[in-house]
Amino acid sequence: MTATDIHRTILAVWRIEQPRLITSLSRMLRDVPLAEDLTQEALLAALEHWPAAGVPEQPGAWLMAIAKRRALDHLRRGQMLARKHAMVARDMEREQQAMPDWDAALDDDIGDELLRLIFTACHPLLSREARAALALRMICGLTTEEIARAFLLPDATIAQRIVRAKRTLSESGLAYETPRRGELSERLSSVLEVVYLIFNEGYTAARGEHWLRPQLCHEALRIGRVLTSIAPLEPEAHGLLALMELNASRTAARTDASGEPILMLEQNRALWDQFQIRRGMQALGRARELEGAGGFYALQAAIIACHAQASTADETDWPRISGLYAELAALVRSPIIELNRAVAVGMAEGPEAALVIVEGLAHEPALRTYHLLGSVRGDLLRKLGRHAEARAAFEAAAALAGNKREQDLLRRRAAEPPT
Amino acid sequence: MRFMYIVTSSQPPRPPTPALMEAMGKLADREIKAGRMIDNGGLMPVAMGAQVRITDGKLSVVDGPFVETKEMIGGYAIFELRDKEEAVAAAVEFMQLHREHMPGWEGTCEVRAFATAGADGSCQVDALAHS
Repeated sequence: MTATDIHRTILAVWRIEQPRLITSLSRMLRDVPLAEDLTQEALLAALEHWPAAGVPEQPGAWLMAIAKRRALDHLRRGQMLARKHAMVARDMEREQQAMPDWDAALDDDIGDELLRLIFTACHPLLSREARAALALRMICGLTTEEIARAFLLPDATIAQRIVRAKRTLSESGLAYETPRRGELSERLSSVLEVVYLIFNEGYTAARGEHWLRPQLCHEALRIGRVLTSIAPLEPEAHGLLALMELNASRTAARTDASGEPILMLEQNRALWDQFQIRRGMQALGRARELEGAGGFYALQAAIIACHAQASTADETDWPRISGLYAELAALVRSPIIELNRAVAVGMAEGPEAALVIVEGLAHEPALRTYHLLGSVRGDLLRKLGRHAEARAAFEAAAALAGNKREQDLLRRRAAEPPT
Repeated sequence: MRFMYIVTSSQPPRPPTPALMEAMGKLADREIKAGRMIDNGGLMPVAMGAQVRITDGKLSVVDGPFVETKEMIGGYAIFELRDKEEAVAAAVEFMQLHREHMPGWEGTCEVRAFATAGADGSCQVDALAHS
């Protein structure tokens, strides 16, 4: 094995053990950010010792022993001789003597501890970016360098973001909170928002960028599954998981061999991952059973499900999609949702009805620089035979498009002869 | 990446010890809660199954048990994992439980990546290997 292989093996073992380490340390220390520091120290110790000594037979116990020793050092050295800490230290010493069954009790209620961890990392007090970085670090066990590469940011930026977020938590007395059951739904929305942000960051990444970007989808899906298993009665957790699974199912079909994006209706549906679609449909079904069909994520998932279930683009149930968009638009007022609704209405009822909606959005400030507005408008005008206006709309859209591929596509559409 | 774990043994089948059952149950619970394990299952003895074969162009159905089978599949699991390293680390942990809680047992946990369309460095589908 090369040094890199050993490094990768250690990180793999680490990622398996990390959630249990951090949850049990936070419970012992009543301090999530401190627990996170100590799990990182344990990782450093592993990276130092395992290349020569090999991965121990009980890597979890090894890492835990190191982390506990560091915790004791920390408590002894610290100025914190408060009673709480003295008690914790005594408990820990007693427990350490009673090893090795240190984790038996924890396994039974890891769900609650994990939920606490997730709620801490995604606390609404923190910015969305800080929540995303903390979640990837504390829940997924990604290193600072990995997070930085995934978000295309310098290491130092992410490191600073994490340090600041942890400090904010400690200083606000949120180091070891127990959200009450009644708060669950409310706090969950702050978590779901971050998970979806992480997913989209990976999903919109172009092929060929660093592989860690698509990796973000994998991590977001994983947190989504964690949430549905530890908060199984929350319909929106299932709704979000459904939305992510269904979107991720198209990954292989989204780009051609040269990396050019392929629009959904033109994708080769044989490349859609049916296994993943089934899982998405299951999650959506669960959200509906929990009476969450009208939730923000469940509605979006239901829209994608219409596509996922159509075996050809022509079989798409557009009336249903446009109905779902209407529900979504009633729930959240957003010009982007309205624009999407216009597309669905165009497919379901014809270009005229859709153009009415699009024209209504013309003066929407949020869409003033949004190239897809012009693109949708151009498309509808062309279908109505208003070619000169269509060409102008496509050209205006091309001028607003952020990347060259999209500009080229829109210019090509502007130049298309009337059909 | 999606992986399938297939556990085989050439020993006469025997039920897992209660300690192993408990340990595996805990591990499975943890892996489900960690969002990594998607599906798993143990398989009944081959006596309850059948094989549908093609030999010399002829199709035949053979009920179990199959005397000539050396390795028997006892169970499987499907995981969504980041990479092969993570898959191997999880398999090592799983097999370590067998060593601890079912002394004398010998077997293999085969770790196989799913062939998915467009997967980076996509593995050759070896469905044709037996043609």
